[in-house]
Amino acid sequence: MPTSPSSPTPLHKRKAEKVDRLAELMGSRTDEGRASGIWIDAFRRMRTNPMAITGAVIVVVFVAVALFSPLIAHYSPTSQAWGDEVFPNRNEFVGPRAENWLGLDHLGRDLYSRFIIGARQTLLVGVVATLVGFCFGALLGGLAGACAVLGGRWGRRVDNVIMRVIDMMLALPTLLLAVTVAALVGPSLTTVMLAVGIAQIPIFARLLRGAMLAQGNREYVLAAQSMGVRRHKIALTHILPNSMGPVIVQSTLTLATAIIDAAALSYLGLGNPDASFPEWGTMLAEAQRFLSTAPALAVYPALGIIITALGFTLLGESLREALDPKLRK
Amino acid sequence: MLRFIVRRLLQLIPTLLGLSVLLFVWLQRLPGGPENALLPDNAPPEQREALRESLGLDEPFTVQYFSFLGRIFQGDLGTSIHTGRPVLEEFLTRFPATFELAVTAITIAVAVGLPLGYLAARKRGSALDFAAVGGSLLGICTPVFFLAFILKVVFAEQLGLFPSAFRISPALSRTDITGFVVLDGIMTREWDVVWDALMHLALPGLALASIPLAVITRMTRASVLEVMGEDYVRTANAKGLHRTTVRTRHVLRNALLPVVTAVGLLSGSLFAGAVLTESVFAFPGIGSFIYEATHGRDYPVLTGFILLIAAMYVLINLLVDISYSLLDPRVRAQ
Repeated sequence: MPTSPSSPTPLHKRKAEKVDRLAELMGSRTDEGRASGIWIDAFRRMRTNPMAITGAVIVVVFVAVALFSPLIAHYSPTSQAWGDEVFPNRNEFVGPRAENWLGLDHLGRDLYSRFIIGARQTLLVGVVATLVGFCFGALLGGLAGACAVLGGRWGRRVDNVIMRVIDMMLALPTLLLAVTVAALVGPSLTTVMLAVGIAQIPIFARLLRGAMLAQGNREYVLAAQSMGVRRHKIALTHILPNSMGPVIVQSTLTLATAIIDAAALSYLGLGNPDASFPEWGTMLAEAQRFLSTAPALAVYPALGIIITALGFTLLGESLREALDPKLRK
Repeated sequence: MLRFIVRRLLQLIPTLLGLSVLLFVWLQRLPGGPENALLPDNAPPEQREALRESLGLDEPFTVQYFSFLGRIFQGDLGTSIHTGRPVLEEFLTRFPATFELAVTAITIAVAVGLPLGYLAARKRGSALDFAAVGGSLLGICTPVFFLAFILKVVFAEQLGLFPSAFRISPALSRTDITGFVVLDGIMTREWDVVWDALMHLALPGLALASIPLAVITRMTRASVLEVMGEDYVRTANAKGLHRTTVRTRHVLRNALLPVVTAVGLLSGSLFAGAVLTESVFAFPGIGSFIYEATHGRDYPVLTGFILLIAAMYVLINLLVDISYSLLDPRVRAQ
């Protein structure tokens, strides 16, 4: 059945074709919504980067161990089943053996099981702390950035007020901020997560605001404006999603900092007071007393912290490199 | 130049005022408020109420804040619950120790980090570069207190090369003029005191230097790499300038600008970072006092010390900005 040239294709179909062609030209598929080329390109660059692969492997192994820790651990982390074999006062410790792969700690608990279960607590602390910093920081920074981009007298005022508060928070050194929070709320795992998270808020806020301001001058914003898109819609649906790159990179890096800072707070005695509930920071803090007699007790959790932090840092750094337009070829 | 400095100094006032409000609200409104810190958990409610009254906690919030602010302007930051001495006095007696420690750390970090970062950038992809980048990543990822413990156990306790605690050997007699042990030693020509103090500073200084060292190395490397790719460096090379001239006058001068900022910011954060190092080495400075204050919930000490450290941090930032404008004339014009 030949179609006559005069019979027009339905309007919506023509429009869909147009969008498809446009999308083809832009190099991204329409059914993926905002799945921009930047992230796909970044992923491609990272696949060949040994730094990124090392980081990714460490992170994947750590997360897997943390998630499945109850299945991997041999014994309960709190069971002092071998308590009569260890005498810290007489410097008698039990090293690695068939039933206890990493030996026993100073209370006769299986070090391997504590290490594995500890991974889960450490991941929890890192993720929650980062989420606290990310959510509040992005909220404040996003609001300030949106107000700054929208402009107007009130916009600038709101932006100014938020940024002054953020600057003051930045003037308080991170660790000190965390110590204050922890000291006044009282030692607990929640305190550590909150303290470390709150200390990260200003960094996230500044980063997102800066990125939004930088995006505000881009051509696509001008294009959207000239097409009559409402200003607050431009800020929310155009500028904000495009400014998330550095913030996401920062959260990878913050995970590493959060784990290290949490360990520091545990060392200062502000962490989980229930020492039977293992977390690498607490384990390390506990083991300090035996560092000269039984270094292994401290070395395993320390290595855990260092390697995990290294993994997140490597991943974050290579993600930043891959997303950096200056380094793109 | 003078106008620039004055303007920046004036800008400090709202920051510091805001900081005092932030800190005041923060500390007053937290669940473990001041009266809980002063009293045991099982204190009767009457006693609690009496204490609240005597501390002025039953006054309206704004009244409390302004009397707090008024006392600060008179140099009164309250009295330590633990020692019973004024907070400002406690801070000033401990300041020299932490200052010496911070200077040692930043000296180590700059002296090692700058050349290392520069060489790593010059020989990009070499074994040295790999070691510098890997080492600095490792430095950032190692908890400071763990590093401090390792240094203490290995070099002080097992090898016995360095003392493991305090600022100076207790047996040593010295003349106290300024409170700065090394400075006093030099002024009175007691060289054994200087040497002893330096030995005591070595391990904590090294531990405290780990993060600044890593950051400075990485920043110098990245910055030098960026500048070496600039057009003006190619131009300078192309017009036949001597290699050394290009490296010092063109590459280094421009590459060091961001590093100067980083050094400034890092020095400010060292006073807070000293909490961990000082408590490991029983170093009698600001950090170990904060550590004790957190355990005793010594509320006036925490408020006062944090305000003072934050003020110092802001001042150091100002100094960084000023030195930056000396190095880079473009900043002044803005």
